Amino acid sequence: MSKLLETLIGGLSQGGVYALIALGYTMVYGIAKMLNFAHGDIIMVGGYTIMVFFYQTGMPIVALLAAIVVCIAVGLLTERLAYRPLRGASPLAVLITAIGVSSLLQSLTQLIFGTASSMVIVNTFGTIKIGSLVVEVSTLITLFSAAAVMLALTLFVNKTKTGKAMLAVSEDQGAAKLMGIGVNRVIAITFAVGSALAALAGYFSLLKSPSVSITMGSLPGIKAFTAAVIGGIGSIPGAMLGGILLGVIETACNAAGLANWTLAIEFAVLIVILLVRPTGLLGKKRREKV
Amino acid sequence: MALLEVENLEVYYGLIRAVKGVSFYAERGEIVALIGANGAGKTTVLHAINGLQPARGGTVKYDGRDLLKTPAHKIVRLGLTQVPEGRRVFSELSVKDNLLLGAYSRKDKKEIKDTLGYVFELFPRLSERVSQAAGTLSGGEQQMLAVGRALMSKPETLLLDEPSMGLSPLYVNVIFDTIKKINEQGTTIVLVEQNAKKALSIAARAYVLETGKIVREGTGKELLNDPAIRAAYLGQQASPVS
Repeated sequence: MSKLLETLIGGLSQGGVYALIALGYTMVYGIAKMLNFAHGDIIMVGGYTIMVFFYQTGMPIVALLAAIVVCIAVGLLTERLAYRPLRGASPLAVLITAIGVSSLLQSLTQLIFGTASSMVIVNTFGTIKIGSLVVEVSTLITLFSAAAVMLALTLFVNKTKTGKAMLAVSEDQGAAKLMGIGVNRVIAITFAVGSALAALAGYFSLLKSPSVSITMGSLPGIKAFTAAVIGGIGSIPGAMLGGILLGVIETACNAAGLANWTLAIEFAVLIVILLVRPTGLLGKKRREKV
Repeated sequence: MALLEVENLEVYYGLIRAVKGVSFYAERGEIVALIGANGAGKTTVLHAINGLQPARGGTVKYDGRDLLKTPAHKIVRLGLTQVPEGRRVFSELSVKDNLLLGAYSRKDKKEIKDTLGYVFELFPRLSERVSQAAGTLSGGEQQMLAVGRALMSKPETLLLDEPSMGLSPLYVNVIFDTIKKINEQGTTIVLVEQNAKKALSIAARAYVLETGKIVREGTGKELLNDPAIRAAYLGQQASPVS
């Protein structure tokens, strides 16, 4: 029983990290109508930034804040230089550009830091006993922080003027412009929010496995993208649900001794869900306007 | 000089010349109608004015400012707001959120509330549906919302694109009565309509658009009584109204 609960907590925590990344994919897709395949690499940028600033200052919180700032800057820069000039271009051109941005970020990091991965132990929190449960404190921190961030994001999107402008742009850019909403500004804010979440995800990934490498964002990126599609790409609650689902499946597979099968099972779940609900769990069918 | 002046406007969709040198104007406080069949270029003209569709040539001046050089989202701040064709309300947002987004470019928080009250007075039906998602409203209610949302910006000039499209005769009357009322309170109106009879009956002046060109212009009354217009757009025999 306690083993089951521990697995569940671990799964929710891992799922929280996927959800944070998936939110970046889904918000950018919903609002800018593009798949930002470089999103996973923002996590990697965050990881390296944490490493540099942690070694400089020795303070994890400073390193995390620095990572958030750097990731936002990189996110805004790629949006401004690579994606904004392509607004209105064919989706394939944008997709290829995103893949290009991804290799660019990886190559630049490689030029600066080399190819070898490095250990970065930012925090060691140890474990905690709750009744008969033994849980890593970092797992709990990840779980609660991810939940708090998701709650804050939900409130931001649904309650603030900027958040509502995001929803308006995601539904109808033309009508949003007629309301006086600066679409470019809203898209830039979306990239900034997504990149900040990726930086957080980078920190949580380091808590779990303390090593940075050029490709550290690739697999989490693909999994989070899968999570976003499972939940219904473009849907914010969908990304949260998809991420958590994927995290729980992954942890359950590992606990059941099926670690080698995890990816296969996850993608099988994706295929089944898409067969039953092509728009994802919480995705809505949208009428394409001409 | 007129409040809104469009000169020799040219708009292309790729290689297709959709608007071929259109010129018209609207004086402050007027109702001006652009009528014409489907595909005549009416909506394209409005989109060019509001910056949703780039123009290839010509000028659009509003209150002396060059609108073709102003980005779409900044045009609202000049006092020119459009009610788009097909309503285009934000279907997943509530009625209230839709209205508040209409006031997006305004900073005067207190007065936004007054405008909200004014819109609810104009369309009491909307006040009964404040927290309902806009997508669940009927077509007529959505049109009221689209007009109300545009009014939330406190426009000096309102551009309306086919406000009667797809509405029952009852709602068509409600919408046209409201347009008249808004105009009487001082708002300049540019009305694009396929329902020529309705549009001409409230317009001070009107222009007839055919395949991207203005082919006739005159007062609403003149055009309403013009045999050729009656035959082409009002579905009637070419005999003058007695």
